[in-house]
Amino acid sequence: MNGSPRKMFVERQTYRKRRMQDAARFLPVIGLVLFLLPLFWPRGPEDGIAMSVAIEYIFAVWIALVAGALVLSFLIKEEPALEDGGAPEPPRGRND
Amino acid sequence: MQTLNVLIFVCTAYALFLFFVAFVAERAAMRGRGKWLRSSVVYTLSLSIYCTAWTFYGAVGYAARSGFEYVTIYLGPTLVMIGWWWLLRKLVRVGRTQRITSIADLVSSRFGKSNLLAVGVTILAVVGTTPYIALQLQSVTLSFEAFADSLNQQGEAANVSESTALWVAMGLALFTVLFGTRNLDANERHHGVVMAIAVEAVVKLMALLAVGIFVVWGLSGGVGDTLARIDASEIGKWQVDGGRWATLTFLSAAAFLCLPRMFQVMVVENSDEQHLRTASWAFPGYLLLMSLFVVPIAVMGLERLPASSNPDLFVLTLPLSEGQNALAIFSFIGGFSSATSMVIVAALALSTMVSNHIVMPLWLRANVGRASFSGDVRHVVLVARRVSIAGVVFLGYLYYRMSGGGTALAAIGLIAFAGMAQVLPVLMGGLFWRGATRVGALAGLTVGFGLWGYTLFLPSFGEGAFMPRTVLENGLLGFAWLRPQALFGIEGIDPLIHAVFWSLLLNAITFVTVSLASFPSPLERLQGAQFVNALQQTGSARSWSAGTAQTEDLMVMAQRILGASEALQFFRREAARQAGGNARPGKLPDPTPDFLQRLERELSGSVGAATAHAMVAQIVGGASVSVRELLAVADETAQMIEYSDRLKAQSLELSRTAEQLRAANEKLTSLSVQKDAFLSQISHELRTPMTSIRAFSEILRDTADVSREEKQKYSSIIHDESVRLTRLLDDLLDLSVLENGQVNLNLRDGTLREALDKAASAAATGDESPAITILRDPEQESITLHTDFDRLGQVFINLIANARKYCDAEQPELTVLVEHNDLGVQVDFIDNGSGIPSDAQDLIFEKFARVSPQRAGGAGLGLSICRQIMERLGGSIGFLPDTRGAHFRVTLPMVAPEHLAESKPLVTN
Repeated sequence: MNGSPRKMFVERQTYRKRRMQDAARFLPVIGLVLFLLPLFWPRGPEDGIAMSVAIEYIFAVWIALVAGALVLSFLIKEEPALEDGGAPEPPRGRND
Repeated sequence: MQTLNVLIFVCTAYALFLFFVAFVAERAAMRGRGKWLRSSVVYTLSLSIYCTAWTFYGAVGYAARSGFEYVTIYLGPTLVMIGWWWLLRKLVRVGRTQRITSIADLVSSRFGKSNLLAVGVTILAVVGTTPYIALQLQSVTLSFEAFADSLNQQGEAANVSESTALWVAMGLALFTVLFGTRNLDANERHHGVVMAIAVEAVVKLMALLAVGIFVVWGLSGGVGDTLARIDASEIGKWQVDGGRWATLTFLSAAAFLCLPRMFQVMVVENSDEQHLRTASWAFPGYLLLMSLFVVPIAVMGLERLPASSNPDLFVLTLPLSEGQNALAIFSFIGGFSSATSMVIVAALALSTMVSNHIVMPLWLRANVGRASFSGDVRHVVLVARRVSIAGVVFLGYLYYRMSGGGTALAAIGLIAFAGMAQVLPVLMGGLFWRGATRVGALAGLTVGFGLWGYTLFLPSFGEGAFMPRTVLENGLLGFAWLRPQALFGIEGIDPLIHAVFWSLLLNAITFVTVSLASFPSPLERLQGAQFVNALQQTGSARSWSAGTAQTEDLMVMAQRILGASEALQFFRREAARQAGGNARPGKLPDPTPDFLQRLERELSGSVGAATAHAMVAQIVGGASVSVRELLAVADETAQMIEYSDRLKAQSLELSRTAEQLRAANEKLTSLSVQKDAFLSQISHELRTPMTSIRAFSEILRDTADVSREEKQKYSSIIHDESVRLTRLLDDLLDLSVLENGQVNLNLRDGTLREALDKAASAAATGDESPAITILRDPEQESITLHTDFDRLGQVFINLIANARKYCDAEQPELTVLVEHNDLGVQVDFIDNGSGIPSDAQDLIFEKFARVSPQRAGGAGLGLSICRQIMERLGGSIGFLPDTRGAHFRVTLPMVAPEHLAESKPLVTN
């Protein structure tokens, strides 16, 4: 009884939107961890990891991050209807 | 020679092209066709001023020296951009809603519009940016020399390079002045500059990509071959120090947020928050492309060029050595672009800060109270900006000349990063923590700035330049734990990590601790809430109280700052808004708080928040200038309320006194009436016996045949009347004597009972009054007194006689109650009649007062005499209105005071 299909739909949309915002928050954290991973690599002129591997790894992560950010930027394209606090956000346009 | 000339020509042509682009963009924006100027692509490209000549040339040199470490400089900003939802979104929102003009303005606004903080951040920015500008000039000069070197034209180059830096500096200053201070845009946005920077961003990316592609596919045999070469080179193994890797990533992220030029393009020039969304992935992509070919170019340079060549210039010298002059020129243009765009934006950002936070406050202070009347503020601001731009660029040039160049490029860059990163704790605290206070920010910045200077900046000039060798080796004042590069005795850390770690750590600790310990001013708390809750609400900073502002004056001032037409448009819009869309043309808006606030924001876009506030305040007047002044006003109000309370109390007291005076006056008036009435009464009293005395004495004199009985009768009438007269006169005389204090008291010992016995029997002798039952308690009355018993008896007789005369009960009764203690005796005479009317109670003790004239037997002097007697005896007589009947109370001391008997006349009414 409670909640027409339409309302369900809206809630689901809001829910998805929030999860996408969570993803946008999560992305830099995982990026940081992946970028700091080289700290564990063996280093030195003799037994250091080969430069080509390092380059491939860093740029692969980098490309993945850019791609992730690209996808997310489209997924949260709509104006966030609700802020974290749940309060409706006032219109963003400036009228002065 | 020819190549060099071509180079100069291409350079000049490129510069002219930039002027043209900026000019076209400005025109388009002015005509309102500049939508494309403000696309997210342009915004993203403008962010690329992060990649300066240091990045363009220096990254390759950095890679050639320390391998893969260079990439951290890009990883930090990448993470910040990808994490835009955390931080940049809020930063940009705050920047837009509060009309922030620079990072110094942001910090100042957040902490209660404190100009002191703004000045501090401005100085930090100038100190941190000047070497950076020098670096750009140096890179242009170096690249120019590299060209000359490769063409074996050293002599020529020496001449040219002497002046290269100066020419470049002058050209850049001119460009910045032209397009950076064309107008004082309320939003502080510079379409021409941003457009030129976007073009330069494309140019430098293309140049670097072209060199990279040439190296990978031209010199090397494709990707696989290149990777093999890299692994085989001297930087082919992972050698990056973990601490430096993490620190540099963090430092570059911090610098990306705090560098004045980054703040300028990212926050100030932002026209739409949605652009961030695009930039969040596009700018990391740009950075990726910029760094993609750095290692291949470095490796190829190390492989092919002589060991003596400067790795910082591989991007240029590699194509040159391979005979690719066109590519080399393109590469040179790329480096030139990087250098120029950085200098332009840095000079613009710094000049905004210097003019808004240093020049304008000084000018305003020198012209107090004349914000709208003296001179042209708009003109002053523009001149201040222009002079600041020239000054900043000149300072960079001076630094370049003084340092003489030669230091590794990357070193200065990182030192500048570390300097600006000192703003980070305050910035983060300001955006996310409401408890951050101005004092805390000031303390944190001071500590951070000081430590940065001591551990990194001053030692960077080399031993003995600014910091004596002894300080470096033995610490300040010989304290080993104060060694600039080994604070607290911890040695062996990389100097950069050491400086960044200690300066930021102690900066943050000081900031937080002092913030926790201090209390923010009301304005700070207001601004803090605004900043921290920027995403929840788009409320206003703080409201002006409406009232005294003169719209005309505001208009005059706004015209001078915003420009005539812009100000007019703004005021028209406001008038329309207030009138609900149908304003009369030419009508000025009312100075509502809302309007004042918007005006202030509009102005703060041009001159900074603190200055704008001060200017509006000057015109609006003292009533609502700042919260601090508001509080002062509130204090005054409190004082006034207190004062008025006091006045009220005084006036109450006055009115009470007036009431008393009025009562006294009424009493006097009624006394006067009483006296008049009595005078006629006494005349009558005297006249009646006198008349009968005269009449009967005439009868006796003139009538011959008066019988003996008649004679007897008449003469006894005459006698009685004479006695009555005498008694009246005796009373008057008695009273007069008592009042004048000339009475002699006959003091002796006796008991109260005697006095009452005598009085009761004496009062009972009268015949015309009805008998009265006197109820007494002889036990209580056996008190020995030392007083004048004749006089006391007189009082008692009078009271008992009065009761007999006036008690209107069927069975008249008089109760005599006696109470005594150590001090005195109290005798109450209470009858059971109807008492004395309340309006007469005040008068019964006055002379000539009679309660009921119709029943009067005497002259109305009795009670008056009684009172005089009691006063002489040191006691008193009073009427108590509490019981139903008349209740008189006589109090007297056990021993009558001797001295009173002879005292001077008592003043009675």
